[in-house]
Amino acid sequence: MVEFAGWDMPVEYSGITEEHMAVRTRAGLFDVSHMGQIELAGPDALKAVQWMTCNDASRLSVGQIQYSALTTPAATFVDDVLVYRMNADHFMLVVNAGNIMKDHEWIVAQSKKSGGDVSVVNASSRYALIAIQGPQAQAVLQTLTDIDLPAIKYYWFATGEVAGIRATVSRTGYTGEDGFEVFVPPAQAERAWDALLQAGKSVDIKPCGLGARDTLRLEASMRLCGSDMDEQVSVLEAGLGWIVGWKKTDFEGADVLRRQKAGELKRKLAPFEIKDRAIARHGYPVKKDGQQVGVVTSGTQTPFLKKSIGMAMVPVELATVGTPLEIEIRGRAVTAEVVPEPFYKRPGKA
Amino acid sequence: MYPSNLKYTKDHEWISIEGNEATIGITDFAQGQLGDIVFVELPAVGRQLAAGEAFGTVESVKAVSELFAPMSGEVTAVNAELGTHPELVNSKPHDAWMIKIRPSSPAEAGSLLDADAYTKLTK
Repeated sequence: MVEFAGWDMPVEYSGITEEHMAVRTRAGLFDVSHMGQIELAGPDALKAVQWMTCNDASRLSVGQIQYSALTTPAATFVDDVLVYRMNADHFMLVVNAGNIMKDHEWIVAQSKKSGGDVSVVNASSRYALIAIQGPQAQAVLQTLTDIDLPAIKYYWFATGEVAGIRATVSRTGYTGEDGFEVFVPPAQAERAWDALLQAGKSVDIKPCGLGARDTLRLEASMRLCGSDMDEQVSVLEAGLGWIVGWKKTDFEGADVLRRQKAGELKRKLAPFEIKDRAIARHGYPVKKDGQQVGVVTSGTQTPFLKKSIGMAMVPVELATVGTPLEIEIRGRAVTAEVVPEPFYKRPGKA
Repeated sequence: MYPSNLKYTKDHEWISIEGNEATIGITDFAQGQLGDIVFVELPAVGRQLAAGEAFGTVESVKAVSELFAPMSGEVTAVNAELGTHPELVNSKPHDAWMIKIRPSSPAEAGSLLDADAYTKLTK
């Protein structure tokens, strides 16, 4: 067990590789109750969300979800978030555990800045969150609910009961695999977890810890806020131009992003692969001609692809596919190559 | 669970001394702490090691850890099988040896732990 943002969490149950493979080939179960939920409601809730996040929340129908970020005036990350449209004037932001208090204060302040009638509630203690991920996730979950799961599209959610427990079920996850995240009241979380484990026995479901969560997300090229990006890294530097609502008239950090898009972008997150037998880890220097020019933000040996992969923040001219990168691993220079992302794409996904 | 014919270090290596040859690996406790091992980096045959010196690394999905020589001596063999099957360190830690050395100061063996003392250390 490790301490993580005030929570005692297992790094692994049966082993990172076994858990990782279970998710890629069958199903895995994650207790991600540490994630925070902050809700905004009121006639001006949309206006507030549009101001403080970079993606275009007006494109969300009720029941739909988008990946987005809470941005600073410099277009850097206060946090990366999922925005759930609960109702026309009610949104829920799912935020990182370590940032709940900071995000809540930021969202309250930004709501005042955007103005109008909106209330903000830190609802994190009202939700436990269990993720069931993998090609068999839907089949397992369907045995416990009347919700028509095939009808829930990717990044949409529905409400109903799971194992007799009131639940919100979204087709989302942090693994690159098909799957769902199930929000339940904390008092019923243990029962929901046990029911899912029991229902998953037929496919040999595995409980999964933080270790597999990290290798799975990296294999799918999903960023980890606090590791790949933070308040010093802009949304475009993180390679997340696809979560910017360029058609929005104004939002926090918009000017900076528009200038970066027009040519001022100096550095960018580059996905890389190492052919050598070595793992580049967070913080290792990226060098060019003996000088440090960048830094590794994430790296691992992935259990499914069986490759040494990672992300590095490097000057834009070194971020194009095919560029060799020199990474210093415990005093030794190792060559990596910038590769396209994602490293892993699940079969059948466009 | 820790074989009594082996000696151990506080750094979680095991060492088996037979005549003028000592075989070295990492303990079951060490492999359990590291989790799934993916690389083992070992020294060249012929290298002279001082007791306590780092002679290689063992890297798992979640962490990298250095290997320390339990005794001084010259490396006489390395286990090449770990290059292709590093997972043997997880599945059979007390068989998956890493290096053999010819101890230059056999008296150093006196400061190694026996199985009972090592078992207490891991509790």
